[in-house]
Amino acid sequence: MKVMEGSAAIAEAVRLAAPAVVAAYPITPQTHIVEELARAVADGTLRAEFMTVESEHSAASVVLGASATGVRTFTATSSQGLLHMSEVVFNTAGMRLPVVMTVANRALSGPLSIWNDHQDSMALRDAGWIQLFAQTAQEAHDLHLVAYRVGESERVHLPVMVCVDGFVLTHAFEPLEPFTVEQAARYLPAYEPAFRLDPEHPMTFGSYAEPSIYTEARYALARAHEAAGDALADAFASLDAITGRAYDPWFDAYRLGDAEVALVCMGTTAQTARVAIDRARDEGLAAGLLALRTFRPFPAERLRRALEHAGRVVVLDRAVSIGAGGIVAGEIRSALAASVHQPDVVGVIAGLGGRDLSIATLERAVRADADTWLDLRADVEVM
Amino acid sequence: MAVAEHLIAPGHRACSGCGLLVGARLAADAGGRDVVVANATGCLEVTTSAYPYSAWRLPWIHSVFGNAAAVASGVRAGLRAQGKNATRVVAQAGDGGTADIGLQALSGMLERGDDVLFIAYDNEGYMNTGVQRSGLTPLDAATTTTPTGVMSMGNSRPKKDVVSIVLAHRPAFVATATPAFHKDLERKMQRALALEGPRYLHVLVPCPLGWRFESKLTIAVARAAVQSNVFPLAEWHDGELAKVKRIAVPTSVDEYLRPQGRFAHLFTDDRGEQERARLQAWANDNARRLGLPVYGEAAAVTG
Repeated sequence: MKVMEGSAAIAEAVRLAAPAVVAAYPITPQTHIVEELARAVADGTLRAEFMTVESEHSAASVVLGASATGVRTFTATSSQGLLHMSEVVFNTAGMRLPVVMTVANRALSGPLSIWNDHQDSMALRDAGWIQLFAQTAQEAHDLHLVAYRVGESERVHLPVMVCVDGFVLTHAFEPLEPFTVEQAARYLPAYEPAFRLDPEHPMTFGSYAEPSIYTEARYALARAHEAAGDALADAFASLDAITGRAYDPWFDAYRLGDAEVALVCMGTTAQTARVAIDRARDEGLAAGLLALRTFRPFPAERLRRALEHAGRVVVLDRAVSIGAGGIVAGEIRSALAASVHQPDVVGVIAGLGGRDLSIATLERAVRADADTWLDLRADVEVM
Repeated sequence: MAVAEHLIAPGHRACSGCGLLVGARLAADAGGRDVVVANATGCLEVTTSAYPYSAWRLPWIHSVFGNAAAVASGVRAGLRAQGKNATRVVAQAGDGGTADIGLQALSGMLERGDDVLFIAYDNEGYMNTGVQRSGLTPLDAATTTTPTGVMSMGNSRPKKDVVSIVLAHRPAFVATATPAFHKDLERKMQRALALEGPRYLHVLVPCPLGWRFESKLTIAVARAAVQSNVFPLAEWHDGELAKVKRIAVPTSVDEYLRPQGRFAHLFTDDRGEQERARLQAWANDNARRLGLPVYGEAAAVTG
């Protein structure tokens, strides 16, 4: 057991995965991760091309180009940086390049905020990347090795975004059990792609598609997300076998079996939410928690089965589709549309731009019975 | 140069008389097979890579419009990590992908000293999207976003001096070329690929569609650009001028402008004549900055 900063735990997992190319552009709160990797390269404990680029757009482009040569790659970003690279993010998935990227989740401007919410990753939920959300530093560490294993697996070939709460996870020190070098070597096979940029076997990457073929290319991307389900199950089973750390690939369920009210959330909030659930239970409310780990591919059918027996499902969103409402809430509603019992789905917007999600706030969330923005300040007049 | 097969195959979809495809094919053939190409979005990309076809007999990658230099940097890093240092990496883009949307990535690649040759194929506008103005569109050229009219003589700004911007990074090699001087283009391509570090080749490629000249005149128009000092051929090593193609008796810019419909409005009235004088001054300035004979001035005595 070691006590490590979340960013260091992530960097250690990446170091063990041994990417050949790392691209770095600073943005808070992601920066500690690439700083740790720069130090590893300087110390000779990671043999990688460490590229300090002039923008996130180029960071994403560098790892795209490097990945196409057939090597493992890594970059990390947050917030505006993710949106700045967004066209390349979509392109990377379309080109089926298994880049792994950490997103240290942070609010989007404006107003400018360096603090944590999920709006950045949610804005790119349709990009074609696998999206995993970590609850703890241990999990953030483990998910990065899962990310390489799943993304690079033969039938998947997808980029993976590991989403971690900015500051709350990246800057907090937690005890964890890192992979050993030997465990990592057993867990993650060498990356040997079928296609690469190689003068011996010239191939064209990034073709232009006419209407006669574009739909099929996008359908192939959707099918890869279906295949990712099996790869995720395999990756988490193997993680358990090698390290003894067991995770459900899709979500954690806590006191959910007999719950009348189910709270749904993602990321570090799930840790606090367990306490809120216990308190609600102590006060006589049969509450339970579902903490999503894999947001893309979205496990709609599994979620339906896990949630349909609750009377009410409260979905806590740390991002908003402005003009429509909570994003996860909308997807849960749609997942439950096919259920027999049709629980009420309540969307709660909270924890934006670094606003604390305290136990008390989450207890109020559990008791919410209509769509709401939680804990809005009474002393601020909103025009 | 004589090759068994061109590295850009025939059957691509470029317009007849396209200067870009002639230039790109000359460069590709001169570069040989141990090359990986990263291409920006644009004419060269869409005309050569419509799935399931590809004109490229080289490993080739296209990502988005503004990132050719950064993708090439990544390709370079990936190859270096595999010990494939001998393989040459070429980024290529049109004038937009070089000097406008691609300028930041280009600057980053140059500044980092990445071992990449960037080739700008300059047809002086966004031709792929229907002839809109770019930062490299010359003064007074009519485009669909700088049309002529009672209030307009076409593009109101001079062509951005992107070669000087590149030179400010002091890369290992910078040169200008055109398919009209194909031996010169091939030599510069080979010289560039023999060097290491960041390198830049700026190729002027006349566009019959966008410049509005007869497609049989592509090479003549490119030659006139050089002979009028609109586009002098030069070469810089480590940021210092090393070689210039000397035109002993430069022609008037009118010889270059006249065949092109985009400049037709300059030949109708006094206003046009004034504008042509401005363009002549631009060509003269190009010549002076490179120590070349200037149009209309007595030829310098040479030893």
